[in-house]
Amino acid sequence: MSFPWANEYKPSHPLMQWLDEKLPLPRFVYNAIGAGYPVPRNLSYWYNFGVLAGVCLVLQIITGVVLAMHYAADSTVAFNSTEHIMRDVNWGWMLRYMHANGASAFFVVIYVHIFRGFLFGSYKAPREMIWLLGVVIFLLMMATAFMGYVLPWGQMSFWGAQVITGLFSAIPIVGDALHTWLLGGFAPGQAALNRFFSLHFLLPFVIVGAVILHIWALHIPGSTNPTGVEVKSESDTVPFHPYYTAKDGFGLGVFLLVYCAIVYFAPNMLGHPDNYIPANPMQTPAEIVPEWYFWPFYAILRSFTFDFFFIPAKLMGVMAMFASILVWFFLPWLDTSPVRSTKYRPLLRKFIWFGLLPCVIVLGYCGGSPAHEPFVMAAQIATAYYFLHFLVILPVVSLIERPEPLPFSITESVLGKDEHAVLGQGN
Amino acid sequence: MVRILGPFIGLFFALGALWAFANGAIADAPVLAQYGHFTAPTAETVFHKEPEALRLQSDGPFGTWNKEQLQRGFAVYDNVCKACHSLSHVSFRDLEQIGYSEAEVKAIAKTYQVPHYNAATGEVATADGKPTDHFPPVVYAGQGSPPDLSLITKAREGGAAYVHSLLTGYADQAGYKNDKGQELLKMFPDIKTPDGLHFNPYFANLNIAMPPPLTDDAVTYSDGTKATVDQEAQDVAAFLTWTAEPSLVKRHQVGWAVLGFLLFATVLAYMSKRTIWAEKEH
Repeated sequence: MSFPWANEYKPSHPLMQWLDEKLPLPRFVYNAIGAGYPVPRNLSYWYNFGVLAGVCLVLQIITGVVLAMHYAADSTVAFNSTEHIMRDVNWGWMLRYMHANGASAFFVVIYVHIFRGFLFGSYKAPREMIWLLGVVIFLLMMATAFMGYVLPWGQMSFWGAQVITGLFSAIPIVGDALHTWLLGGFAPGQAALNRFFSLHFLLPFVIVGAVILHIWALHIPGSTNPTGVEVKSESDTVPFHPYYTAKDGFGLGVFLLVYCAIVYFAPNMLGHPDNYIPANPMQTPAEIVPEWYFWPFYAILRSFTFDFFFIPAKLMGVMAMFASILVWFFLPWLDTSPVRSTKYRPLLRKFIWFGLLPCVIVLGYCGGSPAHEPFVMAAQIATAYYFLHFLVILPVVSLIERPEPLPFSITESVLGKDEHAVLGQGN
Repeated sequence: MVRILGPFIGLFFALGALWAFANGAIADAPVLAQYGHFTAPTAETVFHKEPEALRLQSDGPFGTWNKEQLQRGFAVYDNVCKACHSLSHVSFRDLEQIGYSEAEVKAIAKTYQVPHYNAATGEVATADGKPTDHFPPVVYAGQGSPPDLSLITKAREGGAAYVHSLLTGYADQAGYKNDKGQELLKMFPDIKTPDGLHFNPYFANLNIAMPPPLTDDAVTYSDGTKATVDQEAQDVAAFLTWTAEPSLVKRHQVGWAVLGFLLFATVLAYMSKRTIWAEKEH
């Protein structure tokens, strides 16, 4: 579906006309990310991050496929093969640093993209399916990133795998059997490394599939915009190309500048020194820390240090960690406000900027810090707020909040007036 | 359903976290009252020292290799460290990158005995090293487990500065005071360094198995530099920065070219974005 005023694809070259009859792939692209896709004219730079996430995914797949040509998923040589890539493979150091920091860049971009969703109510009807698919993509990304970090088979790779797979053993009754089955052994070893490599290669292509569905679902209602008011007339939109291809091109340039500055000048800034020590099952590192993008969830996991009634602390932590992401699936139904954008929702806006954002930053900081006080206590307070925010504050605020007046249309919010409003059209 | 169950689930996890907080606070309160800290001080937390700053020519985005220093650092490895530490990710031919000629590399390789496994006989025979061989493994029988040094500056917090500080930081434990003037054995009388270990405040747990490895004139530098302990430690730290990442300087040089191009492309992209949107209010 698209708006009736969308440009139509009219190939002029005979070859393109021939192709359009046999396989209308250019028409598909034209309607998806070309001049045939009308987009609200008022999108801010918050809206650049969807395209950037797509760029990150492609970058990860290209660098990853080449790295896989030189990597060996054998626990006796995996560490050495990574160093072989760094030293002996032509431009191997560049590929590996692009891939390792590419994962971080991907998460930075995706966290901004998700936060954009919170700010502008992107999850609300009629866009629930886009949101649900987005959460699925995020879960797939987490699994992919976790398994990728295991592959160099350094100390943090090994012990991170030990801790994270150990979470499954917290499940009552079947936990231990499930843990052994998933790892192919009682601890991470050759079997685990090899299957992680296989899955790490597979999952990105599953993500590509989910992204295609995500974009397909997006094209049915069209993009949201900072006002949250739906498109009403042609003057509310501009064609994606050239307007947003140009804006995304500039955004991409800024993103690549930051990303390349890290790749070439501080490629180990986000890594942990211990991962340059080969995996040693006999020696536990002083602190086992996951990659930074897992810190908030790791902090939630570690917050549950005491049994809650009859529920063991470890099980409580595991449930809370999974629930902290699963709760996003229910967002479209927890938020009942008729107004989409927090631009016009003064109360929720305050809770997001001064509640949720600091809460996640505290969780992230505590998750990356050693598991002792005051970090655990700070994380416990933040964890409590996190769950209250989504499951109590958001539904209650939706009920009691008095939204500010909405503009009649996107055009009115941009130009100050909309002739359709004067004529009483467009409703 | 979601709207009815949601708040209960939210309260469940929030109360679980606050329950843990309350229990933790009760458990921590006496420690906090006694020490003014959440954890009781230990010898490591009070007396461990962060590495002293070390400046190398390869530092920073414009850094370059100081090949004379790298060769001196290799001499330290070759005369001292190699007795216990391997350098397994580096091959002899890599030494050409720090200024040795092909013939010199051949000569250096020959001084090492490299084991080769013969699959037909199942025997391991050693032979003189060739330029294509990696530095051989080191069989070590003493106390402790000397790490491979190839990646050591990337595998330790503080990198080259840590290596330098560790090598020069051995101290006499008796009467040792930290910068605040607290005396170690007065605060913690029970933690005397065990026999066979050596006190070094830069080491994570303060007691390291490695005896002080460097002495004045442990090596004779061919360029005439005076071989003090500090000089040797600096040189070997520089050498190990190179072994950890031989592509470091090239990476920086490529990085400037990449950033230059991207800056140019981004300015162009910005100008075309301005042009395209010029007529359109948004």
